[in-house]
Amino acid sequence: MELRYSDADESFRAELHAWLETVLPALAPQPPRDAWPERRKWDTEWQRRLFDAGYAGLHWPKDYGGRGASPTEQLIFYEETARARAPYVGVNFVGTLHAGPTLIEEGTDEQKATHLPRILCGDEVWCQGFSEPGAGSDLASLRTRADRDGDDYILNGQKIWCSFGQIADVGEFLVRTDPDAPKNRGISWLILPMDLPGIEVRPLKTVLGSSEFAEVFLTDVRVPVANRVGDENDGWRVTNVTLKYERGTAFVSELVDSIRLCEDLATRMAVKGDESLQTELGRCIAEFDALWALTKRNVSQATRGAPGPGAMVMKLAYSEARQRFGELCMKALQRDALHVDDNELVEERLRTLALTIAAGASQIQRNIIGERVLGLPREPR
Amino acid sequence: MDLDLSDDQIALRDGISSMLAARVPMERVRAGFDRALFDDLAAAGVFSLRSDGFSWADCVVVFEQLGRYCVPGPLVASLLLGDGRIAGAAIESQPMWIEHLDELDVFLVGGMDDVRVVDPREIVAERSPWPLDPCTPIARVELLPEGMPFGVERRNWELAGVTLTAALQLGLADRLTELAVAYAKERVQFDRPIGSFQAIKHMLADMLTRTEVARAAVYSAGAVLDEMPSAWTRRRLAHGAKVVAGDAAITNGKVATQIFGGMGFTWEVDVHLYLKRAWVLDTHFESADRNAELVCVTAGDPRIWGDS
Repeated sequence: MELRYSDADESFRAELHAWLETVLPALAPQPPRDAWPERRKWDTEWQRRLFDAGYAGLHWPKDYGGRGASPTEQLIFYEETARARAPYVGVNFVGTLHAGPTLIEEGTDEQKATHLPRILCGDEVWCQGFSEPGAGSDLASLRTRADRDGDDYILNGQKIWCSFGQIADVGEFLVRTDPDAPKNRGISWLILPMDLPGIEVRPLKTVLGSSEFAEVFLTDVRVPVANRVGDENDGWRVTNVTLKYERGTAFVSELVDSIRLCEDLATRMAVKGDESLQTELGRCIAEFDALWALTKRNVSQATRGAPGPGAMVMKLAYSEARQRFGELCMKALQRDALHVDDNELVEERLRTLALTIAAGASQIQRNIIGERVLGLPREPR
Repeated sequence: MDLDLSDDQIALRDGISSMLAARVPMERVRAGFDRALFDDLAAAGVFSLRSDGFSWADCVVVFEQLGRYCVPGPLVASLLLGDGRIAGAAIESQPMWIEHLDELDVFLVGGMDDVRVVDPREIVAERSPWPLDPCTPIARVELLPEGMPFGVERRNWELAGVTLTAALQLGLADRLTELAVAYAKERVQFDRPIGSFQAIKHMLADMLTRTEVARAAVYSAGAVLDEMPSAWTRRRLAHGAKVVAGDAAITNGKVATQIFGGMGFTWEVDVHLYLKRAWVLDTHFESADRNAELVCVTAGDPRIWGDS
């Protein structure tokens, strides 16, 4: 066990730190949540800077223009950028972290050549069309149909929770290509150009009052079969290949922010001499510090190629801890919590309501931990 | 940076675990702590880890296993003393409750600024006829003799004690998860193992989650004792580890009792011994609540603890 970083890792950190100090001061202020074209511009310009400095596709293999960084370097990158309050991955999320790695693993040479370089330099923005109104936790029950017509598929259906749908060039879409097969064996993974006729994108207003997501309606959308990634009806497996790229760093930025907010609140409490909430806040800090240690532990195990149960519990533990902290903030702020403007803690309380729902609800996480880690029998379905 | 066990630490963990499995089964745990148990642990090197050149992180690995096997006794203070005598320790309070008094060679008291050593034979105490943890006899002391200064730095002594106690708590949390999972796989109601029901499965998933989070906290607190970064970091991580591991041990104890159902309320099933030990350890080097308060105060002001 060792917390110290190697000299090589420390020099990676120092170089990154120096670079951030040169580029961040010149950065324009972040556009508001609902200003999608401006957000796209801001996020993709940042991606371009990362690309020019050699930090784009940090975890992508070098053969595909990535940096091929080690898990520890990835941890350092996310830690340093979050500490410096650098832009988060933003609209480049689906392309760099999900669709890109999927294409690297499963795409044809032509698909890779068309998309990967454009994703890396911020020229191409992706969205994700997985969830449907009737397919949330039970994603494999999705019903958007893709009927074969010669060299094309004809798509009909509806997607929801499509992040960046408003401004994306391309989407990764899961569609049903065999309605008669068992539900997770009749699904295919498609590259969907978002400007095709028959695609309608409608913003979806969230509890924050802004449109973080979109609904996507598909009516007789004609897509070439050549846009399919992987075999027909093999899309369920294809969606899971990105798990290979998971190095335990998914919550680094969130944790850095959580700890910063906790320390700010602790400082304010110390100033005000408010002892009543200290115990509760101390518990939150202890939990976030523990999750930071768990992140390092998961990264250590990923480096060894032997992920342990810690990787499986991270999402559940973090999202639940963050909500406890959010509740504490509301309690600490009392009536100061009744406005959201210029009130980061309250805005965060609203944003983090989604943490225990999105990308595998806490209840689904507990099923996965119970069945895959603890080996408990499945509930009859 | 590596917060996983090294090959040597895996060997250390497995070695101590197989020794405990062979020498300290639950029947012996139930019989309580005595000189013979101390001698067995001492022969395995448990109390001389520091003088034998093992790191604090190594000690944490060993103490996690002692917790897993619910080994009773004044283990932490005996390691901190490390001279082959049986040592008890407590933070000063009024009145004082002293554990295992009749087995102690030395008693250490953490005062406000110092640590003092008291001869247990000079302590006048009233033995409780019914200790909460049947493996942890307890005696009440109205007036503790003044004793002699014990030549250690109070804060670092305490942080080591906090961290080792957290390692014991981690072991309890881990073993409770294992016991509850095994029971939920074999206990059948409504014609199926109860572990297949989400109501039970989710409780078990939370037990594992608490344990894994606590393990990361305890290991990093151990590594910090070795690497000696700022006092601010050391305090924050040690106290934080005790919060997280202590809460995990107590909560897992309560949840395991629930999963075992009626059997969990019996003397025969071991679960209550782990839960009672978790309650005992929560009082060592101060409660989870008090440790949480210290984490908050520390985090809120990086300057107050200097850089000693």
